[in-house]
This record gives sequence, structure tokens and C-alpha cells, in this order.
Amino acid sequence: MSLSNMSHDAKPMKLLDGGILATAAIDAFKKLNPRELARNPVIFVTEVVAALVTLLWAKDLANGSGTPVFSGQIAAWLWFTVLFATFAEAIAEGRGKAQAASLRATRSDAEAKLLTDGTAKGYPGKAWKTISALNLKVGDIVLVEPGDLIPSDGEIIEGVASVNESAITGESAPVIREAGGDRSAVTGGTTVLSDWIKVRITAAPGSTFIDRMIALVEGAERQKTPNELALSVLLAGLTLIFLIAVVTLYGLAEYSNTALSVVVLVALLVTLIPTTIGGLLSAIGIAGMDRLIRFNVLATSGRAVEAAGDVDTLLLDKTGTITFGNRMASEFIPVEGVTPRSLAETVLMSSLADQTPEGRSIVALARSEYGLIEPDLTGKQAEIIPFAAQTRMSGIDVDGRSIRKGAVDQVLRFVGLESASAPSDFRASVDRISRSGGTPLAVAENGRLMGLIHLKDVVKPGIKERFAALRAMGIKTVMITGDNPLTAAAIATEAGVDDFLAEATPEDKLRFIRKEQTGGRLVAMCGDGTNDAPALAQADVGVAMQTGTQAAREAGNMVDLDSDPTKLIEIVEIGKQLLMTRGSLTTFSIANDVAKYFAILPALFIVTYPELGALNVMHLASPQSAILSAVIFNALIIIALIPLALRGVRYRPVGAAALLGRNLAIYGVGGLIVPFIGIKAIDLLVAALHLV
Amino acid sequence: MTLNGWLQIILVLGLVLVSVRPLGLYMARVFEGQKTFLSPVLSPLEHGFYVLAGVKPDKEQGWLSYTLAMIVFSLAGFASLYAILRLQAYLPWNPQGFDNLPPDLAFNTAISFLTNTNWQAYSGETTMSNGSAMLGLTVHNFLSAATGIALALAVTRAFARASASTLGNFWVDVTRATLYVLLPISILLALVFVFTGSPQTLLGSVDATTLEGAKQTIALGPVASEEAIKQFGTNGGGFFNTNSAHPFENASALANYLQIWSMIVLSTALLITFGKMVGSERQGWALVSVVGVFVIVGIGAVYAAEAWGNPILNALGVDPTLGNMEGKEIRFGEAMTAMFAVVTTGLSCGAVNAMHDSLMPLGGMVTLFMIQLGEVLPGGVGSGLYGLIVFAILAVFIAGLMVGRTPEFLGKKIEAREIKLAMLAVLILPLSMLSFSAVAAVLPSVVATLGNAGPHGLTEILYAYSSATGNNGSAFAGLNANTPWWNTTLAIAMVLGRFAYVVPVMAIAGSIVTKKRASASAGTFPTDRSLFVGLLVGVILIVGGLQFFPALALGPIVEHVLMLSSKTF
Amino acid sequence: MLTHLRPALVLLALFTVLTGVIYPLLITAIAQATMPYQANGSLIVSKGTVLGSTLIGQNFTDAKYFQPRPSATNTPDPKDATKTIDAPYNAANSSGSNLGPTSQALVDRVKAAIEAKRAAGVSGPVPADAVLTSASGLDPDISPENALSQVPTVAKARGLDQDKLRALVESQIQTRLMGIIGEPHVNVLKLNLALDGLS
Repeated sequence: MSLSNMSHDAKPMKLLDGGILATAAIDAFKKLNPRELARNPVIFVTEVVAALVTLLWAKDLANGSGTPVFSGQIAAWLWFTVLFATFAEAIAEGRGKAQAASLRATRSDAEAKLLTDGTAKGYPGKAWKTISALNLKVGDIVLVEPGDLIPSDGEIIEGVASVNESAITGESAPVIREAGGDRSAVTGGTTVLSDWIKVRITAAPGSTFIDRMIALVEGAERQKTPNELALSVLLAGLTLIFLIAVVTLYGLAEYSNTALSVVVLVALLVTLIPTTIGGLLSAIGIAGMDRLIRFNVLATSGRAVEAAGDVDTLLLDKTGTITFGNRMASEFIPVEGVTPRSLAETVLMSSLADQTPEGRSIVALARSEYGLIEPDLTGKQAEIIPFAAQTRMSGIDVDGRSIRKGAVDQVLRFVGLESASAPSDFRASVDRISRSGGTPLAVAENGRLMGLIHLKDVVKPGIKERFAALRAMGIKTVMITGDNPLTAAAIATEAGVDDFLAEATPEDKLRFIRKEQTGGRLVAMCGDGTNDAPALAQADVGVAMQTGTQAAREAGNMVDLDSDPTKLIEIVEIGKQLLMTRGSLTTFSIANDVAKYFAILPALFIVTYPELGALNVMHLASPQSAILSAVIFNALIIIALIPLALRGVRYRPVGAAALLGRNLAIYGVGGLIVPFIGIKAIDLLVAALHLV
Repeated sequence: MTLNGWLQIILVLGLVLVSVRPLGLYMARVFEGQKTFLSPVLSPLEHGFYVLAGVKPDKEQGWLSYTLAMIVFSLAGFASLYAILRLQAYLPWNPQGFDNLPPDLAFNTAISFLTNTNWQAYSGETTMSNGSAMLGLTVHNFLSAATGIALALAVTRAFARASASTLGNFWVDVTRATLYVLLPISILLALVFVFTGSPQTLLGSVDATTLEGAKQTIALGPVASEEAIKQFGTNGGGFFNTNSAHPFENASALANYLQIWSMIVLSTALLITFGKMVGSERQGWALVSVVGVFVIVGIGAVYAAEAWGNPILNALGVDPTLGNMEGKEIRFGEAMTAMFAVVTTGLSCGAVNAMHDSLMPLGGMVTLFMIQLGEVLPGGVGSGLYGLIVFAILAVFIAGLMVGRTPEFLGKKIEAREIKLAMLAVLILPLSMLSFSAVAAVLPSVVATLGNAGPHGLTEILYAYSSATGNNGSAFAGLNANTPWWNTTLAIAMVLGRFAYVVPVMAIAGSIVTKKRASASAGTFPTDRSLFVGLLVGVILIVGGLQFFPALALGPIVEHVLMLSSKTF
Repeated sequence: MLTHLRPALVLLALFTVLTGVIYPLLITAIAQATMPYQANGSLIVSKGTVLGSTLIGQNFTDAKYFQPRPSATNTPDPKDATKTIDAPYNAANSSGSNLGPTSQALVDRVKAAIEAKRAAGVSGPVPADAVLTSASGLDPDISPENALSQVPTVAKARGLDQDKLRALVESQIQTRLMGIIGEPHVNVLKLNLALDGLS
């Protein structure tokens, strides 16, 4: 990911792809199994009544009575309604399955080199025996050598190796994994490219990272998330309510000397119950997870994805997330009597051999601001003085010039000055830089103080706007940094975060999260180190970096395969999008009912009360075509909304009220109007084709 | 419709609006256990009651215990009221010597007053002794209202408290509601009603000799005292058969103003109490606005329908200027009749100052629909508040999803459990209203009891079960409801509407009170703004009303279109 | 459950005494002491005879009197207690007609009432309250239009000057309180009493 591009693009994937569609079409039929459908009460009811109408149609056919042409078409469209719903789910799953298949291909069923003596230090040579990776137990210690697949998840206890993790991250550049520290975790299914490592196995076969990933993307263990569950209950309740309304209508119509047929009552029922959202509900959930996966983020549960949408407080590490990981030179400040250009020339010389990011940034600044070119040192007698913790200076001795740069007090001592006797403009600049959160580096040449380099924590471009967007969403951003409060405050202001935690220890982080949670706020954070684990576990949404330790990955409820902490923001948006899609389609689905009443009710009672034709505002051709058109519309709208369900309703970082107003206008008002147009259009077609 | 008509409507609404805040805040003080100006007088009485009853006022109850206390209290009330009605011939204050009530009527009436419905399958002045009216009906007018208030308070506390487990003490809430709220205002109201013309005597009747020399027996009784709590407690059970249309119950236009004011003010003030106790008076006003939208639109609809007059009769030569005057009183006029009709059905009061059976099809439909929407506009004393909260929970849930956040109402997360219970409660209404109606509509013996034929007869059935389930108590009174079928099924509907509704609601309260309070942010959907008001209006219409549309189409809507083509039955 | 029994029973008993006995008796006592006229039914008593209540309508059939609104009250049939017979302005049993707007019975009744009015010489649109029953069946009032439309009939029956009678009716019109509250109306009993006083 380029640093300038702050928002992340998901891995592109065609919304609907031919292969997936074909598989999904077959799966859609498999999913008709009532036992599986019973999980979805709305569609289950639809299936039951579809079967009922089919029976009645068969009876009509056999007896040559009734209106088999009409009831047959109603039955067909009821089945389509169910099929479209199962199809939507199948498509959503299909996309995950395709991914799972490619993951499964790389899953390690390789052999492992189980060490006979795990405790011995050093390269073990051939002191191992080959066993199947499937027989590995937690705690086993294996040797992995170049070209070997790492047999299971584990922790490096000895050695360092470059590992190709493209199997899970899709990133082919190798990463370094080594014992101790925050980069000791390895993932089964990845490949060691060079060197050897000893790995202590931490996951039992079948529950490795890749196994969990496959299960997740396949949706095999998919459980309804809390909000999805609540929505299902609401939909089931609405279904029951309309069931009551339709069943009782039989009696009420009887009073009015109207004998309603089961077929038309069923048609009324199916068009009233929320089949649109009922049919798309699970597809929306699967697609939400899928979107996350395409962002290279793995959530261990759907619950975590939903929680992401609820996050109130975002804890972000300063380094790497808010600022570039390193300080960069932003200006050169000469002391009186030194020209800026000669200072620039001096610092350029001093940093020629300095390969630290700071050093490189000094060279870059000298080149870009002063148009200097790097002098060629080849053939010259140059002694590089590397940075040392004791001297806290680095520099170069060349051509009789002795240039040093480093911490201000050290450089002053180097030139033999007391800090009080330093030039006043120099001291003023040092103060100013410190106050702004930057780091001053003093430069001296041949015992003469030349000036200062202003090293600055550079805030990533565009981050301030993103925080403003988050604020509009109602999310508070908190910067975590080890800097002192003064520096932290300066950077916090520049980056536009709402709050910061300076000189933060892991315990501070944990305490801060608890405090926020006690105040009723949901907290998201990301982390990679072992010492982040408690905070990751405590946070409502803990995103562990794939490059992080096993402990961190276990503690979080999401893993970012790209190890990019700024992704938290997208994760929040995906969580919100998931809920919004459900809410909007629910509203749409319920709002549709109004038009359906106007289509079906006059048709039901036209014989007894032709005066009720006044309700036939759409002027539908005939009672039968009105009922059929409503049923057809009801089925087709599911298909029409599948792309929206998979893609999700667009999220905009605006306040809740504005968002609601917008979604109500689109999906509420739209839901009222669209079916009037749709049913009328279908009715015209039905009449033109003489379908009834 | 006339300008003066609307002026009168606005005047009463204004009177309500200025009085709900002081009353609402007063109640908040009472139920938070703070001192009020009545405490010096009532506090000793209150604590005396606790001592005698063995109530420890500081010992609070969880939702289950609170609900159980309410049920035991109601059962005891039922037993005592049933006994009084069955034995009234042997009890004091029976100057007309009325007989004991038959079992089915006594059962129906006891349930009716217990559930704050006050459906009356009998004619008051020819059935009920003064003793029954006082010892039985008046007492339960107080206690059923107090019970409603108590339940509403329990639900309010669920939102006002965080991470708690108890909802208050039922006995304390009922006692305080009666002593501090219902009784003092009823005393004042009763005296005002006497002033406007309502009798207050222990005599049963007086005989007059008319100008033409005929004998006219004029029924009397302790009318004003029953009238006050009947209106203020949204009970609605009249002393006389024709309820607030009777000149002794509602003597003048001024009395009518006070009748409307007194029935709507307490339920509305409780919304403010709710807001105050949950820490956002604005929230209370948002709920008041929702109620206002329905009430004002409803009044406009009924007023328009009635002022238009009956086109069939107008064609015969009736002057349409006065509007549809069948079943209405001259002194009230169309505007204040329309307002009364909408307020009494939006509340679960059920008092009437006109015969709803004779309303125009669309006018009658509005009153029926107000009941079917669940009696939350603003609903019965207490029951309206908790009913409105059920709808608010559903509205917040949908809104929350639409803004991409786990829904929360007043900082309390709304989760599957709350939705499940809320749907369970909401389900009771169509289940009882429509199922009973559908069965009754096909029973020839029931159809024979109807007062009108054609679609209007169906509306009578729908109205009866809707009224009973909604604990309203008003009727399309043409139907003869004093039969075993009606007495039994309506009693069941009343029990379902009160108890089957409130138990899930209390379970919601029990679940909500334990939750911690999430803090609000820009991402939280504000529930005290106009957008929420609009959304809640929509949810009440859609979740509460959409399912009744087919039934309404077969009743009042078809009657309307038939009337336009001059069809009669 | 049992722990709730004592508070339930004791509080029920206490409140029955408080709200069922003390409260109504207290109101009765205050009302009888301070507002006996209203508390006893706003009765019109003349020479020891109760003539009626100003709040309760009376039945008038004689053409000498202004006619009240039609009344739908009834009384048990003396011949068959399970049935009822029409008994207009039966103040012991208030009742409306409860006829719906599409009721044939209502149409027939109104048609007959209009014909009767026409027979009595009323032309043009008939005031609605002259042919439509009230909610209570005891409505003491009629609309000013209705009262005025009856002036010719009553004048003829009493041999009175129409203008004088019209003036009497107009003097009996109760206007809106403060010009807003209520509807203009005429109390039939008071009007007829004044009429008797006039003659």
C-alpha cells in the first residue's frame, strides 16, 4: 500500500462471476431443504405456502376445476420467491467458497520434522523424524528448513528465517521471522525461504489459523450475529402478525359473503410478509464478512464485525498509524554567521553514510530544498563515525573536516560550550522545536557550532481528514504514544485526534480501555506485540497484525493480514455498512406492503363490493392479473436487490441523524413508491401476454 | 369545519400542553420519593398504609416480583369486585333495589374495571346500585389507574437506572399514585363537575311531572365523584348508559372541555415524567409530539368526516350545516365531539360524548384505528407510556440498523431479547382483535346481536374486540353485548390486552434495567428530535396498523364507498 | 406469591374504604353543602312539584310546545320484559339510536320525520337536529335554527304573534361562552316554560 493512499481498496472481485453464479444456482435448489430453511422463518413460511398452493394446483388440474392457469402461475412464482432467496444466499457463500478453495489448496498436509530432542540448542542436523503434520500435537517442536512448508501454527523458539506468507496474505515479499520479540509467530501453510527455525507448535490440527480462515470464508460455522438475530425475531414477528391478518381475513370476508380462495389468501400473505429482507438477510451477513476478507482482514466472528460498527473510541498507535514510523528532517536552522546553504552542505556531508531513515530524510531535504547533489566520496579518506549510545552523535571525518551531528547537549559539549553559553538564537530554536514536538539535532563542524536540524514526526497526509470523518461518525480517536505529553500534544493537534495517551505503558492502555468501557463506550484498537495482548483482548474490537505475535493474534478478534493499523477505520465502516444494509432493506421491505394492499385488496373483494375498486389506484387490468403481478414483483425484487445486498448500502461519514434521514428517504419513501411502478409495469406485461 | 371549531380544539390542546409539565414534574418528584407540598398531609397516611399492609417501602422488587405483586393485587381486586356485583342486592346504597348481576355479566364487568377497560355490557342507571358504583367501580377506577401508573414507572426506572436489578416497589408505587396523584385531583375535579351540573347525591332517582303532565323518572346518584376518576384515570366507565353524552355526566360545553382535558392530561404528563426520570425532558416532549401528530390528524379526519354530514340523509332534505347529528349532542357541536372521540380512543379511556356507532364510516374508522394502534396515543394512564416505549424500542431498532449501529434507546442497547419481547407484546393486539372478530363474524348467533347490518355490522364486531383488547371500553353500542358469548370472549380479550401485553413489557424492563448505559455520540441516533418523532409515527402506523388494513377495508372503508353510492342495509 | 397476599388484601381493603366510601361521601357532603342545586340534579321546582331538570330533555308532543330532538330512549315492554318499547326522554335509561350511517332503519326514520316536518309546513332544508336523535336521548337543547323553524307552528297553535315568539326564542339562545366555547343552543324546557309564562 502506498503511504499517500490512505484509504484502502479491497481486493477487486467481480460482484457476480459466471462460475459462482452457476454453482449458486445449483446450491439454491439444495437449500430448499425445509430443515435448513427453517432457520429463516419468513422464507420457510413462503416455502410451506408454495407447497400448499402447488397441491391445490395439482388438485385443480386433476379435477379440472378451479383456475389452474392462475394457481399454477402463483405456485410457480412462490417457488421462485423461495429460490431467489436461497440463490442470494448461495451467491454470497459462493464467493467465500471460491476463496476457501484456494486457501485449502495451500493448507499444509505436509510432513513435519519432529525434533527428537526439542530442548537441545543449535542446529539439530538430522535429529528429527518425519511425521504427518496432522499428527502434530500442541507443544511439539519441529524443525523447518528452506523450502519446507511450516506444518502448523507455532512460535519460533530458535533461529531466524525469511518466510513467504503469500498463502495467507497474498503478499509475495518475504518477511523475517525470528525467535523472541514480536515477530516470532509463524503460520501453518507458509513457506520458509532461507535459514532454519525451530518451531513450537501452538495449534492442534484442524484449528490452525488457516483452518479457521477456511471455515470463516466458507461460512461453515456461520452463526447469526446478535443484531441479525434480533432482526430475524422482528421479521418472524411481522410474519406472524400478517399471518394472523390474512387468516382472520377469511372469516371477515365470510361475513361479507365473500368466499376467499386459499390461493389468493396465500398470495396476500406472501406479498405482505417481509420476504425481501427475509430472503436477503443471510446473504447480507455473509457478504459483510466477505467484504472484510477482501480487505485482508479476518474476523473471528460476525459478532466482531458488528461490534466494529458500534465502536465509539478508536485507539491508534502514533507510530506507523498516525505518523510515518520515523522522524524526518523538516528544516535546517543555521546559527548566526552561518549561511543556510553552508549548513545544508555540512549536514548533507554528515549524513552521507547515515542509512537510518532520519539520515536519509536529511539527505533528501538537502537535495530538495537546496538543490545540493551528494558529493562523491570514492577515493577520499573518509572515516564514518556511527551513532553510538555513549556519544549520542554520528558524523564523518573527511578531507580534514570533522562533522558531527547529534543530541544538542552532546554536540555542545563536543564543541566545548555550556548550554547556557550557546548562542541565544540557537537556544531559542531548540526550545521552539521541542515545544512543537520535534527533535532538534545540533550540527558542528571542526569544533564550530553550525546550526540545527529539525527532526519532525511527520503526520501522514490525509489522516486529519479521516479523523474528521470519524468524528462526524461519532467516533473518538485516541492516539497512543510513548512520547512525553508535550510532544504528544503537539502531534495530537497536528493530526487532529481527539485525545492522546502519552508515555503509555501496556497497563495504561488496558486501564484506558476499561475506563472507556465503564463509560459505556465500545473500544477498538490494534496491536501486534505480546504486551498488547491484554489490551487487545479487553477491547471490543481488537485487530491483531498478522506480523504480530501469536499471543496478540489469539487475543484479538480480528487479524489484519496486511498488518496495516490504519485499516481500523475501514473495518468500522464495513461494520456499519453491514447493519445499514439490513436496516435499509428491512425498511424497504415493509414499506412495499402499502402498494401491495392497493393491488390485492380490491381484487379480493371485487365480486362482493365492486365499489372497492376505488382502491385500485394502479388501474390493474383484472383481479387475477393484479394478484399475480404483486406476487411476481415480490419475487423479482429479491433478485433485483441481490447486488445491493452483496455490495452493501453506501456508508457516508456523516452524523447519525443525517444518515437516517438519507436512508429513510431512499429506502423508506423509495420502498413506498417503487412497487406501485413495478406492479403496474408487470401488470401491463401480464395483460399483454394474456398470462391470466 | 369552522374556524371556531378549530379554535376550540386548539384551546383544549393548549390547556393540556400548559398543564402536562407541572403535573409531569410533580409526579417525577412523587415517584422518586421526594417531598411534595402534599407530603405533610399524606405522608403519615401513606406510611400508616405500609405498616398495616406489612410493606417495607425501601425494599425494592425485581421485574418478576413486581409483576407478580401486580397480578396478585389484580386477582384480589377481581375477587372483591365480582363478589360485590354478585351480591349488590344485599349491600348498602341500593335505593332502586337493583338485583344481583348474573355471573357472566359480573365476570365481564369485574374484568373490565380491573383492566382499566370499563367496557359496559350493561346500562349503568338500570343495573348498578350506588353501592356497587362506589365500593366496586369507583375503587377500581382508582386502583386500575394506579396499577397502570405503577407499571409505567417500573418501565421508566428500567431506563433511568443503569446496571441495576430492581424496578421499584409495586405497593409503594400504587399507594403513592393513588394518594398523591389520583385522589387529590379527583377531589378537585369532582367538585368542578358538580359545579358544571353533575349530581352528587345518594338518592337513586327523582320523579318529575313534565309540562305536558307526564311522569319522568330522572336517574341520579353520586355521579360527579365517579365521573372525576373515570376521566382522570382514563377508565371511561360511565355512571349512565350513554356515558359522557349524558347531560348529568357532561352538562355543558365547559364541562366537556374539562372532560377532555382531564382524560388526556395524566397520560400525557406521564410522558414528561418519563423524560424527567430518564434525565431528558426533551425525550418526554418527543413522545408528546408523536402523540400530538396522531391526535391532531385524527381530530382533523373525524371532524372533516362528521362535519360533512351523511350524504344519504342530506339528499332526503336534511340541512348539512350542523353535520352528522345522529348520536351527537347539540351543546358540544361537531368539533368538540370529534376531539372527544379521538382523544378517548387514542387514550384507552373509552368515555364517549357521542354514539360512535352513529359516526360516519370514516369518522368511526379513525376512532377504531386509534384503538387498534395499540392505545398509545397517548394511551391509558401508564399503559400508554409503556406501550409507546415498546414501539419506541422497535423504531430505535430499525433506525439504529439504518445508521449502522447496534440500536440503543436512552443509552440502553436493544438486543434480540428486547425485540423478541416487544414483538410478543405487539403480537397480542392483532391476535386478540382480529382472531376473535373473525370467529364472531361467522357465528350466526353473534351476528344476530348486531345493531346494524352490512359492513357496519362487521365494524361493530371489530370495534368491540379492538376496544376490549385495547382496554378502551368504548363501543359501537348498537350491538347487544350482554350475552354469554360477548361477556366471555370480551373478558378474555381484556385480560389478554392487559396482562398478556404487560408481562413481556415488564420482562423488557427487567432486561433493560440491568444494562449499562452507553454514552451518546454523534454516531448515536438522537431520539429526541423531529426525525425520531417521524420515524416513531411511521413505525406505529406500520407495525401497529398495517395488519388491520384488510379488516378496515371490509368494514368502514367499504361502508364509505357504499354510502357514496347510497347503498343502505 | 404468598408474600404478596397480605399487602394485596390489606391495601385493597384500605383503598376500598378510602376511595369507595370516604371519597364519594366527602364529595357528596361538600357538594350538598355548597352546591345543592347542581348536586341534586339542577331541578326546576314549582310549588313543591318537580317539573324536571334543566339538564335533562323532556318529551313534548303537543304542537303548543317547541319540540325537542327525537329521542331513542326506550323502556321494557310491560307485556314482555325481554323486549323494549320506544319511550322518548326516559331519563331512567339513557340511550342513543346507535344506527350507522348506512342503516336503512335510520333512512326510513329520517324520511318519516322529514315528511312530518313538511306536513307541519317546514320547507327547505330541515335542521339536522330536528330529525336526528341525540347521543343520550336526553339532549335538553336544540339548535337555534331548529327552534326558529318551529315558530310558525307554535305561533299558530297558541295563536301568538310570530315576531313576538321569534323574539322569545332569540332571547333564549345561549351563545358561546366568551364567543368561542360551545355551540349556540336553546334549552327546550326553559323555552317552553318561558312560553307558558308568556301566554
